[in-house]
Amino acid sequence: MVEETLLKKKNIKPLTGNYAVAYAAKMARVQVVAAYPITPQTSIIEKLAEFIESGQLEATMIRVESEHSALAATFGAALAGARAFTATSSQGLLYMHEWVHWTSRARIPVVMAIVTRALAPPWNIWPDHMDFYDQRDAGWVMGFGMDNQEVFDLVLQAFKISEDPRVYLPVMVGLEGFILGHTTMPVELPEQELVDEWLGPRRQGFVVDGSQPLAHGNLAWPEDTEEMFMDIQKALMAAKRVIREVDREYGELFGRSYGGLVQCIHCSDAKYIAASMGAWSGDLMEAVEKLREEGYPVGVLRFRYIRPFPGEEVAEMIGGVRGAIVFDRGISFGSMGPLYMETVAHLSRHQKKIPAIQNIVAGVGGVNIEWTDFYRLVKEFIETLEAGREPETFKWYHKPRR
Amino acid sequence: MAQSRPRPPLPYNMREVVQPGDAACPGCPIPMAWKVLSAVFGEKMILVIPASCSSVVVGAYPGNSLKASVVHVAFASAAAVASGIREALRMRGINDVQVIAWAGDGGTADIGMASLSGAAERNHDIIYIMYDNEAYMNTGIQRSSSTPLGAWTTTTPIIGKTEHKKDVARIMIAHGVPYVATASVAYPHDLYAKLQRARRIRGFKFIHLHAPCPVGWRFDPRYTVRVAKLAIETGMWILYEYYDGKIRLSGPSRPYMDPSRRKPIEEYLKMQGRFKKITPEKIEEIKKYVEQNWDWIKRHM
Repeated sequence: MVEETLLKKKNIKPLTGNYAVAYAAKMARVQVVAAYPITPQTSIIEKLAEFIESGQLEATMIRVESEHSALAATFGAALAGARAFTATSSQGLLYMHEWVHWTSRARIPVVMAIVTRALAPPWNIWPDHMDFYDQRDAGWVMGFGMDNQEVFDLVLQAFKISEDPRVYLPVMVGLEGFILGHTTMPVELPEQELVDEWLGPRRQGFVVDGSQPLAHGNLAWPEDTEEMFMDIQKALMAAKRVIREVDREYGELFGRSYGGLVQCIHCSDAKYIAASMGAWSGDLMEAVEKLREEGYPVGVLRFRYIRPFPGEEVAEMIGGVRGAIVFDRGISFGSMGPLYMETVAHLSRHQKKIPAIQNIVAGVGGVNIEWTDFYRLVKEFIETLEAGREPETFKWYHKPRR
Repeated sequence: MAQSRPRPPLPYNMREVVQPGDAACPGCPIPMAWKVLSAVFGEKMILVIPASCSSVVVGAYPGNSLKASVVHVAFASAAAVASGIREALRMRGINDVQVIAWAGDGGTADIGMASLSGAAERNHDIIYIMYDNEAYMNTGIQRSSSTPLGAWTTTTPIIGKTEHKKDVARIMIAHGVPYVATASVAYPHDLYAKLQRARRIRGFKFIHLHAPCPVGWRFDPRYTVRVAKLAIETGMWILYEYYDGKIRLSGPSRPYMDPSRRKPIEEYLKMQGRFKKITPEKIEEIKKYVEQNWDWIKRHM
């Protein structure tokens, strides 16, 4: 009874990750949604269609014929001054990839949810991070959630970050299909009035709405083109500060802060760091808790954003430790895991001593990695180091089908 | 019944919107058509332009030869972006601005077909203009599905195109959109009247604009209008409107319903270097194709 009252008072709803995304878009009062169905994203746009058709959300839905057109239409709507949203997964994201680049290079604020799923062939609907990783070079702000509450918060914050004049870039928020997308968890929804006040009306660098003649995207000379792209880099670097500010501000207003671009657990006294991104970080944290109980001085660095890449945080948290193990749910074929590669690059950039560092690629194609796997892998890594041996730099940890 | 339409004088503000100094080749049909657009919409239009000659013709940054809004977009996406812009304007209560997708034949009949079909089926309130220069001219004269039979292009260099032109206007009629028209840069009054009608109709409007390209069709740049006119006079290109479920033949094409009044197709072909090596068999095939087009028109009037 008491708990029920508390739930009511705090407006906590049991929501799947996908519905959490839809609720966040609704509370941001998006005006145009253009989307195309794909598993496991579909229930986001189904929910938004329901919101729109029932009159709970004053918006129009463009039920496009492809993902390529989904982001194109979202771009068009955003360009013309509407707060616009779309969502996709996997093949759909690859199909719209041309527009992923176009939207950021045009500096148009847009928010897109990516419900991650393995790329084909073979057909596979289970989640990994490779569709998301594939967008790294496109100039978007890229965040990734660990649970449904965070997914909700990230999507709502994405509008704020995207429309900040220091940024004016599109933002994508990742969440694993099914693991978050279709799993129900309690999600606390803020008050609409407070959200309205905090988010404010739509902001963007320029609007093409016919009120004055404006040409966008005209052929440009190499020097002018490069300057425009240098501005994107500058804006993404500035986005770090904006992300931290928004995270703090959101915490003050709505009661939840996550630590900015990364979340760190037991980092302050850690001699070893395990790093990861996404839902499986929960399992990693569980493993680390167990290891802590057993006396291993290990902490978790969870990437909440990979664009802009949290280089300073990585340098600070990993720069001084004895060893770090980076888990990647995907690989850049022919090389290594992206999170690992960038971690090492940014340690080098910030002139930190690079500790013994291992890259574990796992969970690709949706292979289920449990907390016990993390426990074993992290423990083995630490024990190898403590025994004075060199751990392998790279390992593809695979569990065959039972 | 043939309807008479008074020839509206084209307003004089055309040069205010379509300014001198664009990057078009001599004899290019694109700025010719834009002047007619500007006569109808003035500055109150947003042209959504996918990769095409027009992406270049408007001029290089920071210059711009059109005093209207221009949005350059990825090749396959004119109709999709135009849909998005229109819906945003509608949500924002802006109704005095015409959203126009302006795409070439490649951006329409080939790579843009899916997004065009989608936007038409959803019946967004926009005008889609396919300016048809019958090949990929911006990349240097490659065959498109809109290239006519027998035409030389750089990707049909020896035997010429072996298929007929794709009839996009008819495909759009099959979508059941409220307005479809064909037009030609040689008849600005006709295009003007069609744009005026289109702007008064709510929903998706499609205009298939025949636009001879001196560079790609291999004729002297001074003859753009002459070639375009010959297309009508030989019956190769038929001007009509489609609305309320019926085809209405447009003024310039009306005399040519009667085959005896048409000029020989050879006159049109021989003006263009791209047909220099066309075989007599292919000319016969073109003639048959033209007859079939007229039959179709007559059946749907």
